Parts: sequence; C-alpha cells; structure tokens
Amino acid sequence: MSLEEQELAELKSKIGRDPTSTELQIVAAEWSEHCSYKSSKRHLKMLPMDGPLVINEKGYDSGVLDVGDGYVVTAHIESHNHPSAVEPYGGAATGVGGVIRDILSAGTRPIAIFDGLRFGDIETDLQARWLFKNAVTGIADYGNCLGIPTIGGEVEFDECYKNYALVDVAALGFGKKENLIKNHAKKDDIVVLMGGSTGRDGIGGSQFASDSLESEDRSAVQIPDPFIEKLIIEAVLQARNDGLIHAMKDLGGGGLSCAISETADALDIGIEMDVDKVHTRESDMTPDEIMVSESQERMLIVTSKIKLKKLEEICKKFRIGCSVIGLVKFDNQVHIKKGEKTVANLSADVVANATLLDLPSKEPSYLKTIEDEQKFKPISDYSALMMKLLASPNIASKIWVYGQYDHEVGIRTVVKPGTDASVLRLDNGKYLSAKIDGNPKQCYINPREGAIGCFEEACRNVVCTGAKPIGMLDHLQFGNPKDPEIFWTFLESLKGLTDFAKFFKIPCVGGKVSLYNETPTGSIKPTPVIGVIGLIDKKPSVPQKISQDDCLLIIGDTKNELGGSEYFEYIHKFVGGKCPTVNFEDSKKHMTSVLDIIDKNLIKSAHDCSKGGLAVAVSEICMTNQIGCKVSLDKVPGEKLDVDRILFSESHSRYLLSFDKKNISMIEEILKKNKVSFEQIGQFGGNQIQFTNASKLIIDLDLKKAHEIWLHALPNLVLHGKKSV
Amino acid sequence: MKVAVVVFPGSNCDRDMYHVLTDVFHLNAEYYWHEKELPENIDAVILPGGFSYGDRLRPGVIAAHSPIIKDVKKMAEKGIPILGVCNGFQILVESGLLPGVLLKNESLNFMCKWTNLIVENNKTPFTNQFKLDERIPIPIANGDGRYYADDETMKKLNQKNQIVFRYSEVVNGSADRIAGVCNEDGNVVGMMPHPERAVESDINPIDNKPSSLIFESLMTKMGVTK
Repeated sequence: MSLEEQELAELKSKIGRDPTSTELQIVAAEWSEHCSYKSSKRHLKMLPMDGPLVINEKGYDSGVLDVGDGYVVTAHIESHNHPSAVEPYGGAATGVGGVIRDILSAGTRPIAIFDGLRFGDIETDLQARWLFKNAVTGIADYGNCLGIPTIGGEVEFDECYKNYALVDVAALGFGKKENLIKNHAKKDDIVVLMGGSTGRDGIGGSQFASDSLESEDRSAVQIPDPFIEKLIIEAVLQARNDGLIHAMKDLGGGGLSCAISETADALDIGIEMDVDKVHTRESDMTPDEIMVSESQERMLIVTSKIKLKKLEEICKKFRIGCSVIGLVKFDNQVHIKKGEKTVANLSADVVANATLLDLPSKEPSYLKTIEDEQKFKPISDYSALMMKLLASPNIASKIWVYGQYDHEVGIRTVVKPGTDASVLRLDNGKYLSAKIDGNPKQCYINPREGAIGCFEEACRNVVCTGAKPIGMLDHLQFGNPKDPEIFWTFLESLKGLTDFAKFFKIPCVGGKVSLYNETPTGSIKPTPVIGVIGLIDKKPSVPQKISQDDCLLIIGDTKNELGGSEYFEYIHKFVGGKCPTVNFEDSKKHMTSVLDIIDKNLIKSAHDCSKGGLAVAVSEICMTNQIGCKVSLDKVPGEKLDVDRILFSESHSRYLLSFDKKNISMIEEILKKNKVSFEQIGQFGGNQIQFTNASKLIIDLDLKKAHEIWLHALPNLVLHGKKSV
Repeated sequence: MKVAVVVFPGSNCDRDMYHVLTDVFHLNAEYYWHEKELPENIDAVILPGGFSYGDRLRPGVIAAHSPIIKDVKKMAEKGIPILGVCNGFQILVESGLLPGVLLKNESLNFMCKWTNLIVENNKTPFTNQFKLDERIPIPIANGDGRYYADDETMKKLNQKNQIVFRYSEVVNGSADRIAGVCNEDGNVVGMMPHPERAVESDINPIDNKPSSLIFESLMTKMGVTK
C-alpha cells in the first residue's frame, strides 16, 4: 500500500519537499493502476470515442448516448475481481453499487444491470462453486433491493480462474438530456459528502486491486448496503430535479482521495476540505484512513451555499448523511485539513495525473505452436456427446442465475433474459437492447481475433433482437502488465477492438481496465468483456413462438476453426487449434441483412451461433420453443468438413433464422441481393432434435429429456454437487 | 376518485404502480411518503412492492410501524379498498391488517418468474370482474413469499372466504399454494405477485387482460368507467 521507489522520488521532485503521510496515502491511491490507468492510458486513446450520438461532458464517469426526442442513455462497466475472489458476496454486491453510482453521477436513473461472472472449474473445484454461488447471491441481494432489473450477462467457467473470480458489472441509465449534470463549480461553492458514513472498510482497496492477489485482505473489501444506495439514488434524483447539483462524483476506488482530486482536476479548480467534517462510522479515524477509505454508498456533490438548505432537507427526508466537508477554491490545490492543521496540500494536477508508463511488450512464446492440433479420438455416439455438452456448465441454461435477479422491476423489460439479448422499452417509444460477451478460451489462442470475436458476438446478440448497435463498452482484464508477454496480449486485444469499432463506426462510450489478475497458478487468460448497446425504433417483432413446419435457415459459412471451442476444450480437453476469425465485410453484410429481415417482419426469431456451435444453437431454439427440429448437416454452407466440425465449430457471423415457410422467397431475395452465404437447413416439428448427414441420422435427442438436462444441470451441480450426465 | 400510493424508504415498485394507475387506467393517483397523513378524500390505498428499510429485521416489519400505517388502519376500518403487493403485502401482514406470515421461499432464494394465479374469491374490490377459477398469468419477484398460517387461521381463512388467489402450481412452498388473502370484510387484499408488471401487452409475454381486471375491478367498485 505504498508508492514504488521511483514514484516516490518523482513525487518529491514534483512538490519540492518530502510528502506528509496523508499525502503519501492520497497519491498512492490515486497513482495506483486501478485509479490512474498508468499502464494502459496512452494506448486506450486508439479506440474511437466519438460518434453522432455520443455526448461528451467533462467529469462523467459513464458514457452518454443521445437516443432522440430529448432523451439520453448512459452506460458504464466496472469489475470487482480482487474483492470478489476474497469475499464473493460483498465483492460482487459492491461491484453493482459502484457502477450504479457512476450512472447516477451523470444525473440519470439506472435502469438495467448486466453481470459477467467467471470462475474456476465448478465441476471439480469446491472453492469455485462457493465463489460462484455467493457472487450470484451478492448481486441478487444488491440489485433486487435497489429495484434495478438485472437483465443480462454471462457466466463462464475455466481452469484459468482457479481460486479467483472475475465479476464484471455493466449498467445502463436513462434520463432527459436537459437533466444531465453539467459539471461545473462557481465561486464560493461548497463540497458536500452525501450518503453512508465513512468507516474502516475498503481501506487501500484500489491498491489491493492493483497488486497480485496474495493475501486474503478482507478489510480491503467494502461492505455493501443496498438500502442506503437506494436512498441515495432517490435523494440525488430529487436534488437533480430541483437543480441543486453543480457537479457530482461517486466515491469509488481511492475513496475521497480520488473523488476530491479528480473533481478538482476535471473542473480546473482547487478544493479545501476538512477531514473532521466527514461523518464517520468510528470516532478515532485518522486523516489518512478517512482519505482512502472506500466505504460504499457515498457521493461527492458541489453545490452553492444557498442551495445547501434544500439539499439538506432532501437528505433529512431520506435520513442519509450530508456533511459540508470543503470549499471550492480557484488555486488548483487539493488542500486537506484536520481542523486548522494542514495534513496535505498538493496540486490537483500532480495527484490526478500519474506519469503514464510505456511498458514493453513481446509476443508470447506459447502462441507459436498453439494452432497445432492433436489427433482426437473418434466420436462413437454423437447423441450422448450432445447431452454431455448440454449439461456442461458453460452451455447449461443459466436460469438458476437470472431467476434470482429481479429482471422485471421498472416495467421496461420487453424481451426477458434467457434469449440472445434482453430488450427494454424507453419513454420515447424506442427500444434498447444490450449484451455483454467475453471468450477467454479464444482470446488465449489469439488475443486479437478473440477480442474481435467477443465484440462481434455482442453485436450479433443485439442484432438478433432487431437493434442496430450504437455504442460499446470495453472491459479489458489481463494479468500482470509488467510481464511483456501479457502486455502484448493486452495491446493485441485493444488493436483488434479498435479496428472493429472503426470499421463499424461503433464508438466506445465507456470502459475499464483491470490488470494484475493473477491466480496462485498463474495469470488469467486474456479476458476482454465487450458490451454492445443497440437501439430499435419500433416494438421488436422477435422473438415469436416457433410452430410446426416453420423453417430454419443459416446465414454465414461454417469454417474449420475450432480453437477455443467448447468441443475441443470440454469434450477433448484440448487447448489449441485455430481461433475463429471475423471477416469484417461479411460481418457487416450479415448484420445489415438480419436487421432488414427483422424490420420487414419476415421471421419469428433470430439466434446467433456461438458457444457449442450450430448443434447447441439449434438445440437452444428447440428447447426454448418446446418444438423439435430436423437439420441436414450436408446443407450447411462453408468448406467441406467432418461432421463434428460442422456441428461444433464456433465460426462467427452466423445467424439462425426461424420463420413461416411462406416468407422464404422474400428472405432469400434479401440475402441474395446482399450476396450473403446462406442455406435453408432444417424444419421444425415433432419432439426430437435431429441432425442428419447425407440422410444418415447423426444426432437424435428427445426434446423433453434434453430440456430437463439443460435446465437443471447448473443448480444440480452448484447445490447438490451432482453431475447430470 | 383518488388512489394513494404509499412510499416507504426502500419502496421500489411505487413508480411502476403509479404509471399503471395513471397512464394505463387514467386514474387520479398520488404518492404519499410514509411520514405523511392520508387525507380523508382518498378512495383507495395501494402499498407497492420493494424492500422497505432494506428488509432489515424482517420484510415489512419496520414499515409496519410507519406513521402512515395508523391512517391506513383507519381507512381499512372504514371499508376503503386497500391493496398490498409483494412488500406491501408483507407490510399489511406485519401491521396486523391481514392474517398469516410470509416466510423465506422454499428454495431459500429470491425468485423472479412468471406463473399463473387462480381466482378463489371474486367478491373483493380487486377481483369483482373475475369469474371464479379464472387464471391470471403474472410474475412473482420475492425472497420471502411463502405464505404460512397456523391451522386455526387456515380454517378461518377457508370458512370466511379469505383466500383470494392461489398459484396454479407449487411455486415457493406456500401453504395451500396461497398467493393472496383478504381480511374478513374483504376490502384489504394482499398478494405476492405483481399485477402492475402484467397489465401492458408490451411487457406481458402471455396475456395482459386478466391482470388488468384487478384494476378494472377497483374501477368498477368505485363506479369509474373505463
């Protein structure tokens, strides 16, 4: 919990004296990787961040998109990996709390939560099971209490997260453009700390998150209180409506140190504050502790003396703390006092802007041979294999998870969780769709193509609802950046995401970098998680229930790229092979075509092919619609491949369309016009899920049995330690 | 006619309920903060769902001691229609306006899912437009929704026709699959599922008409035309 030697020397030379102990604490917090992005910042600039819908204002902790008619959507993503690995319930819950306050600080009401959860192999690892179960409960207890629906996410298990946890939380907000907080400060303005009391929890949390996890430092984990957070949301929104907020920032990593210095730096002001004015949970806290405590549910508000009375009345109504802790000055200094005594006095610019690093990078040696495939044992019974895949933790239904999240509150959820992407209705008659996706297995094999794949998958999911992607969030999670091989994977992923974002003109509206994700057995696989937000102009026409004799059509070629697939890794226990790649031109044609077809109301549902490939995607459609299907593998477009490769390849840019056969000619016309590779491959009906190859039956599953296994495999494993197949 | 929507610290379905009352059924509704008094001219009171006081101690128990509950009790005695949904139901039970208790679900988890209700009593102000045994597709979202009452209370509930809704399937281990009950006079009704989440076709994937009858029943009782 201290500065490195050369950083200390740098600080001394910048301020021309020895720092005080409080100054050291403040700078150590703010210069931590978590707060300063010192390793990544110079590279993140490559991402396109502007677009016709993006609204940029200084000091926002979330991205803002104009969705028309005077309304905006805000978006942000965060993670809480280190805390969740030590204390999954509190770590995951406070992860939700933090990102919600980022949405709130722009002046918008949070309307949706998404979670990406990653743990070790829960089939064999009891610790992973414990982490998973408690992280889910933490998210449920926090989000449900706030009355913000958790409408999407993903859950994945991989050996590389053994004894560790990745808990990513994204959130969306909604509000009127005119109500956005325009962060500013005027002469004689005051600084108010609102919300929960400051205690000794989460001390040094941001430095804790910026080191490898070596100790179970539970005191560095913050304690969640969703009830206070709910009161803060209502109080802040009321204060916003009454025009009482000049500037606002949530207290997250680095606590008051970061909130004060970043606010001062962003608004080009100075702030003088007195630690004795902070409402604390304990009476004997030192200035150092108060400045770096990461106690949750706190907001920093800049307001005027005249408006203070009304703000205090609102806080009194909701019975939350409201302390005037400081004054706005125009000297650009962060001046911290304890009573009359100065304990820290630093230039805001020095504190808020750590010297950026230019770390070396080098292509990892393991990549040289990773694409080589080994010989696999031939599969004797594909039906049995399919049942095993449907019961595997990464493919089994996640209803046990999202069934614990209130996904209806707020009465906006038009398309519910469990499909490609959920859809929310907005007050201007438009609809919003969003999804987050990651794929560490593919990113390990090819960090660049893997990251692009995550981005495309999130786009595909949103496109399947009929929504056009308008913005993306990136969350880049890697190991120790000082290892040049790890830093190389970070840069490659970032470059891939940048290329895709530029080609598709999807601006990056928010993001987060989480480094030092190290487990006792080594670094995690590169885990970028990408969120995509899409907009629909009218009520979505999909999904509709599929019925007897409806047709199934696939868009996109199935290729020999099974590296990182569930088939290779779960069935053959093989890590390697060629990672799927995205052809940007094809990807664009496919997205445009699917959106056009949905817009013309020609299909009942669109589903993307991803984890588990075509075989799993078709089964999912059948199970959720309670109808059988017969698929001819020999009709699947693409190069000539063995049956297992057609079934389980995870090639990108593929969509499965289900529709009434009367629409076939109109659908074909659109696809032909756009020069899209497609084929009608199956027909719905009956109670069996069947795949044939040259009229030979390859897979024959009883729909009911498959559905049972798929639905219950996860809770059976988590709650009873029972493998279903 | 004027409907009061009572707001406690931690209520989180108050805005949803208000939207349904005003935008969908065009009723005159107003929020009442838990420290306020309810004026005499109120025609119906709704306690919406949420996590009043963060479910501390026990869901609904702290809110049941709010100042406004005194007025809610007075209104209940006068026969004014009162509906508690989810946490609102828990508050009505904790304040003694309705019999029984709500325990943790059998799964020990929070449950959010769509299910079906069966109408068991169509004489209340919130069910008078239903046929007996009519089904209502509706979502639940709670952690403590398992209705329980001792044998004597159960007997009385049956005798006095106080069971208003049952689940069509076993959902959470509720006694006799009870999803909603009323007081002896029938004017105070509590239910765990959320009718305000089911009355608009946009967000109801099955059928929004049955749930709408809950609000249309209230309008009928009040003599308000659609």
